[in-house]
This record gives sequence, C-alpha cells and structure tokens, in this order.
Amino acid sequence: MALTETPMQAERAQTIFEKSKPGRRAGALPPAEVPEKPLAELIPEKLLRTEPPRLPEIAEPEIVRHYNRLSRRNFDLDSGFYPLGSCTMKHNPRLNERVAALPGNARLHPAQDPRRAQGALELMWLLQASLSEICGLPHVSLQPSAGSHGELAGLLLTRAYHADRGEERTKVLAPDTSHGTNPASVTMAGYEVVKVATNERGGVEMDDLRAKIDENPDAVACLMLTNPNTLGVFDENIAEIASLIHAACGTLYYDGANLNAVMGRSRPGDMGFDIVHVNLHKSFSQPHGGGGPGAGPIAVSDRIEPYLPRPQVVRREGSNGHGPSFVLDHERPKSIGRLRGFQGNFGVFVRSVAYILSLGGDGLSEASDTAVLNANYLKVRLAEGRAGERLPIAFDRHCMHEFVLSGKPMKRELGLATLDLAKRLLDFGFHPPTVYFPLLVDEALMVEPTETETKESLDAFAEAVERILAEAEEDPDLAKNAPYTTPVRRLDEVRATRNPVVRQQL
Amino acid sequence: MTRYTSATQDDRQEMLDAIGVGSVDDLFAQIPEPLRLGRPLALPNGLGEAEVHGRLAALAERNADAEAEVCFVGAGMYDHYVPAIVDAITQRSEFLTPYTPYQPEISQGGLQAMFEFQTAMSELTGLPVSNAGLYEGPSSVASAGYLAMGATKRNRFVISRGVHPHSRETLATYSVGYGAEVVEVGLEGGVTDAAALAEAVDGETAAVFLQSPNFLGAVEDVEALGAAAKEHGALLVVACDPMTLGILKPPGECGADIALGEGQPLGNRLDFGGPSFGFFCATEEQIRRMPGRIAGETEDVDGRRGFVLALQTREQHIRREKATNNICTAQALNALGAMVHLAWLGRQGFRELGELLVRRTAYARERLGAVDGVRLLHEAPVAREFAVRLDAPVGKVLDRVAERGIAAGYPLGREYPEYEDGVLVAITERRTKAQIDELAEVLGAAVAAERVEFVAQSETNSTVGEGAG
Repeated sequence: MALTETPMQAERAQTIFEKSKPGRRAGALPPAEVPEKPLAELIPEKLLRTEPPRLPEIAEPEIVRHYNRLSRRNFDLDSGFYPLGSCTMKHNPRLNERVAALPGNARLHPAQDPRRAQGALELMWLLQASLSEICGLPHVSLQPSAGSHGELAGLLLTRAYHADRGEERTKVLAPDTSHGTNPASVTMAGYEVVKVATNERGGVEMDDLRAKIDENPDAVACLMLTNPNTLGVFDENIAEIASLIHAACGTLYYDGANLNAVMGRSRPGDMGFDIVHVNLHKSFSQPHGGGGPGAGPIAVSDRIEPYLPRPQVVRREGSNGHGPSFVLDHERPKSIGRLRGFQGNFGVFVRSVAYILSLGGDGLSEASDTAVLNANYLKVRLAEGRAGERLPIAFDRHCMHEFVLSGKPMKRELGLATLDLAKRLLDFGFHPPTVYFPLLVDEALMVEPTETETKESLDAFAEAVERILAEAEEDPDLAKNAPYTTPVRRLDEVRATRNPVVRQQL
Repeated sequence: MTRYTSATQDDRQEMLDAIGVGSVDDLFAQIPEPLRLGRPLALPNGLGEAEVHGRLAALAERNADAEAEVCFVGAGMYDHYVPAIVDAITQRSEFLTPYTPYQPEISQGGLQAMFEFQTAMSELTGLPVSNAGLYEGPSSVASAGYLAMGATKRNRFVISRGVHPHSRETLATYSVGYGAEVVEVGLEGGVTDAAALAEAVDGETAAVFLQSPNFLGAVEDVEALGAAAKEHGALLVVACDPMTLGILKPPGECGADIALGEGQPLGNRLDFGGPSFGFFCATEEQIRRMPGRIAGETEDVDGRRGFVLALQTREQHIRREKATNNICTAQALNALGAMVHLAWLGRQGFRELGELLVRRTAYARERLGAVDGVRLLHEAPVAREFAVRLDAPVGKVLDRVAERGIAAGYPLGREYPEYEDGVLVAITERRTKAQIDELAEVLGAAVAAERVEFVAQSETNSTVGEGAG
C-alpha cells in the first residue's frame, strides 16, 4: 500500500497549550461591584498563590476550532458501526440530551430542599421502580456511579449482610470469563478472589464450582456472575448455581453489563440473584462520552435491602387529597453508608427514564430480542467463507446479544494476530470488536452489534472481515502494518507505559 | 419496531432464515423455561418523542432550580456560569458517543483532550501527575485511601472534620471493605485543630486527609498541618475546590502527595449532583499506583505525535484482582467540559475569577455578619463560601427566605449537630452585589420574624410547663 499521508495525518497534533499566546483570552468576567481590596488583606499572604496556573491564553474562535479539529480525530457511534463486545454501543437518542438539559434538571442544586425538588425525586423513584421490574428485585439504589462502583457496592452489601449475621467471610467466587472489574472490586472490598472454571458449553463448570464451595462453605461470601456471560451464552445451570450458593449462605451477584440481552425475557431476580448492577450507559442508552459518564444502580432482594446506601428515595403516600410525595431517607441504621456525594448521577437518570418511557415495556423486550437476533445473524454471517475457517466461534451454539470468535487459526495460518485484524478494520471504517477478552479464548474477538444496527451494517461488517482475510492470504503485511487511513497509525503503547509522559511541559 | 431499531419484518425473516430458526423465541430457548418471564414487563407502553418530552418537562417544572431562584447553596457543588462553548463541544457526536479510547488510532481527539486536561489539572494543583478523572469528589477521597494503603502498607487514616461530610462518610464506607481505621480530628475556630491532628497522626497512619477551603469555607494552613503527616511518613491528601486554585497556594506547594476534589465547578452543570467528575493529582512517586485512566504522549510508527492510554498495567482490564483500582467507566466527557471551561477562562480569567470570588465572598460575609440575629460561625479566612449562625430555627428561616425566591444556603445541622444553627453560604460569579444585598435584607427579616415566633412559642411552652408543674 502506498504510504501517502492523508491530510489529517499531515496535520501534526498540537495541544491547546501550544496555541497559547500571552494576552489572548475568551471569557470575560462581570465587574466585582464590591470593594477591590488587595487579596492579602482578605487571606494571609502565606496561603496565597504567587503565580497563576499556566492555563492557555486563547480566544474563543480558536478554542472552538481546536476542539472541533480534535473531534474529527475521533471515531464515534454516530459515524459508524461499533460492535465493541460487552459495551452495548446502542444509539444515543438526542431527545434524552434535550430533557437532561432542561433547567429544572440541569440547574437543580443537589442540596435543594427535597420539598422543592419533587420532580427530580419522582423521576428517581420512577427509575427505581422501572429497574426493579426489569431486574425482578424489589429494591433499588441509584447511587453507584458506574458498573464497577455498583460491584463494589454489592460486595460491601454482602459484607454488611454477613456481618449482621455475625459472620466474616473471606472469599468471592468469579468465573475465569468475568469482566476485569469483578476481581478488582473484590480486592478493593477486602475479599479474596477464587476463580471458577468454564465448561465446554461456555457456562460455569459445576464440578469446579462445587469443589470451590465445598473447600470451605463458610468462607464463601458471594459468587459474581454475568448471565449471559462474556462468551455471550446463557448459563442454563443458573438455578442450580443459585441453590448451591444459597445453601452455603453466600450472596449471588449479577454483573448487569449484559442485561441488554434479556430485558423482558428473563430477570436476574427470578434467576436467584440477590444483587444486580445495571449499566445505564449500556442497556439504557446513556452516551458513553469517550469514557464516561455512566451510572451503575443496583437492585437487591429483601434480605439485602436494610444495608442499601443512604440516602434512599422513598415515596410517601399522600393524605387529605394530596398526591404522593418523595423524600430522601437518611435514617437507615444498617446502611453501608455513602458511596459518593449527593444522590448519584442524576443527569444519567433523566436520560435513562426518557429512554424507558420512549420504549415502554414492549419496546425494551423488543430491543433485547433484536439485539439477540442481530448478534445471531452476524455470527452466522461470520461463520461463512474465510471467516468461518480462520475465525471460528469459541462456543458453537446460539448466542445471546454477543459472541466470541477465536483468531487462533488466523494467527497460525496467516500470521495475523487479532490485533492486526482489528487495526485493519479501522481502514474499513469500522470500530473493531473487543479484542483479547475474555482471556479464556485465544486471540479473542468479542462482537456485540446491538439492536440499533441495520442488517445492512451487519452485512457490510461481515464483508469487510472477509475482504481482510482474503487480502491477507495474498499479503499478510497489509494487515500487520495497518491502519493506514487513520489520523495516526499504530502507536507505541509500550513507550507510554515505560516512560510515561502524562502532561505537557510548559 | 421501535424508533431506535431498523429491522423490518422482512429483515427479521431474512435473518431468522439465515440463522436457521423459526422465530426469535427459538434463540431464547437456551434460557430454561421456569426462568423466562413469560409475560410483558409491567411498564407503560412506549410514548412518542413529544409526549416523553412533555412528561419530563412537567417533572422538571416541579423543581426549584437555580434559574427559578437565586442560589447561595454550595457545599461542594456550585452554580457557576457554564460557557456556551462547553455545551457546543461536549454535545458533538465525536465526543459524546464513543467508548473509552481502547483503539487509540481512532481516538486521538479524546485522548489528546485527556492529555490537555491532565496538564491543566497538574498546573492547578501544582503536582506533576494527573489522571483523566474519577467519578466525583467524595469517591476520589476513598480512592486516595486505597492508594495510600498500597503505598505505605499501613491501614489507618486521619481525617479532618473540615473535610466534606460526604467524603468522610464515603471514606468510612470504603474503609470497611479494604480494612482501614478512620480517625477524625475536630475543628477549632473553623479550621482543623492542629494540636489534635499532630497527636492523632502516628507511625501506623497511611494518610492524613485535609480539605482547603474546608467544608465551613475556611482556608486551611495545609503546609503547617501537613507537617504531622511528613513526620510520620504518611501521605498528605488534600481535597480542594478547583475554582480557588487561581489564587490559593496549590496543594503541591504545600507538601501534598495527592490533591483531589470535586470537579463540578469547572464546566459542569449542577445536574442535581451528577454526573460531574473527580480530579486526582499526585507526585511522580505515586504514578504507578494511580486510579483511573491516564493519557500519555507517544509516537506512531511513522514518528507522528500521538496519544494513548498510558500505564494500563495498573488497570482492572489488564491486572484484574491486582489492579490499583476497579474503575472502568469514568467521566471523560465531564473532564472535557472542564478543560474547555478552563481554556475559555484562560490564565488571566481564571485568576480574575478567583479574585472575584474572594472579594464578593468577603463582602457577603461582612454584609450578612452585620445583620441582626446573624453571626459568623468562624473568623478564619475564606475564599468562596462562609458559615453563619442564626438566632432562630434554621429550617424555618430558610423556608421564609425561599418564599422570596432565594435559596439562602446549606443547613449544617444534619452533618454538624454542633452547628445546628449554622448555614453555609456560597458565592459564584453569578451572585451579584444586588443579590447579596437582597439576601442580607431577606435573611434579616426572616430571622427577626422567626425570632418573634420562637420567643412567643417558648413563652407558651413555659406557661404550659408551669401549669403542668
């Protein structure tokens, strides 16, 4: 491939600090209107800063240009197919942005007296009730800020639950296919992770689970599970798994990252889970923002409820002809306490409620149905031709909302690593699937198309994979040196870890 | 077909045929029958876009927001003006809709914005290393605790009562998990009791937590207080309000090992508490223990400058149970908003804003302190928030003031029972002199009215009491 620089490549990255020139500025402040005393008269000099921070000096037009230019160096969901497994890159409705920005939401102070924030509390209550129905569990706390924060909450709830029963348990079981956040949360919560093996159908290896429990049932605090799991398959043994864990008096935790597969079809609570986190930025359409914000509410069973974080939004029935009112309940004596400031990521709640109201119960089920249909269709398309040979499915059965391919034959036969395929996909205008996860699968590619993609997009993606494999048979270097068309080409990530440069020297 | 899916009946049929099943139900056959819901979700039917907007607008109408009333409430989140370009830039699809930048070649915009943000936060705090943001303020404090335990192999925290109550409570919540003891040190004259702090810190202490300005608005002498931490080899963690860092001595120059805080005042709306972001800066020594994403500069194969997620070996998706933190989704978009706001303010504007806050706050404090029935809670220097005590029941006074369209401040009673009569009053550049004057007048009238009521009630009560005796 001829290496002519694209115009964007020719334009070298320049930071906003490098565009700064003394004396330029954008924002103007209002006049003080009050006596302009020297600062040192108001605050002792030793507590004052001598030099202002070296922020950029730049006028508004150039700030706008700078960030517009930067934005063009991003690929995003609105530009194309983004089948990033486990991330549920579904369409982000703009209606949700509009309602979140209404002044009654956007400019509402979090410490506003609840009597004057009834709309916000009712919205939170509505979301709690909706998530409770979707998860099949009676109580919901909206406080956790993201999935991993929900996991930590769930583990702290587990600890509080056992402590209340006079027990201190030490181990948390998790399958070897679990998301990395699971074991990381376990350690943060002061527990030890015990890995459970995966069986030939992609589910929990029951004998291994039994063995790990039997080793010391009194030490088992919790089992964390994703169902459907990260291989995209539903664990048919879930009822038995639940009864084993419950027999050992442990809690069963549901990582809701994959909830988009089963909304309206099956509910974690009915599967026997005690605690569920829901990623509002996955199943409920909150935009991912290039790495947040999200929110990770948790739904729990009755036995876990006393320990929920405080404050909790509670609905009080009205009397004397008055409608119901909503309060923030801080008096929760067994609560694990706060996990963050104020009430949670309310702006995310607004978007999620807008999404739930837009789709309704039927629409949510249809979203999951279509997500599963799209995933199975794409899986079948990728089982054809070269992809079928070089990228076999890791567990050959119907999948749920995502599936995992193995690039092992591709690597062996064409010398192409999964990473090379991913990088070549960039040249075809696609975001690659999640790569090298789950760890259990060699050269893994985890594909999650979501319900908002058209059949045409799925076909085009399958065709691109086919073309890449075809061209690799002729010239594997083409993929190995990819990408060619992106704003920058393959980057040296090792250097960024060995000799990290994490800020600009000014 | 909902409006966010495209699959037509024909599409569905073609896809089912290709898969080789008769219906979507067949794909769900892997879920054991007893675990299938078997009924529709008990949620209302979907609504059209205009109807959803109408319903949510009606709910939003029932909130008294900072546009509907004059907001002097702070307590960690502030009603600053968010420049229009922040909305324009953060609402661009290219920033709004991507995932975390795992594929750096097509994520240079987001990664470079993170790098710029890190540079700005490093400048503000005077510490060389910044991450790309955490969830928000209080949980960042708890993350600092986890870092300190790893760095010192100790498990005892000493925290000032001047640190935000939500931060103290969050630290306590997390500490139950990772097994740390939290010792609180009280306040004296509005600031951390230096003698008590020095006494509380010992050789087992992993970290000392301070906040400046503290929750009561007082600027702490971080350098002097931090000496106790240095002496015993504990990390000094300083929570700060970014809007004051244009004028206050940065934590990095006061001996802080970690400077962190709630980022909302920078480019983020109030949003009833979130989403915002937490910032987290540290010394070079802590770089491999940092929580959260960090962007780093590097080069591509042709030598072009580029940016990637650096030091990923700290993170959960690589290190799993050995990760330095469990965080995955953070607050990239909120951090971008902060960076745009900081660029908009610029070097001069940022300092001027700090000066404006200090001067207007000084004026407001003097003005309110002179009101009959209102006293200053402390005399320590303040930057943008201060505390007063009222000679009448706080809740009732605040209600009266609210009737005049003013949210006068944050009542301290729940979190500081010792200041049950206390109110925290916050100033932003949006709070004009006229509004401050009006607050003084309305507050004075409210206190006077409630004092009369209070006296009348006590007299009634004592009469009743005497009668009963």
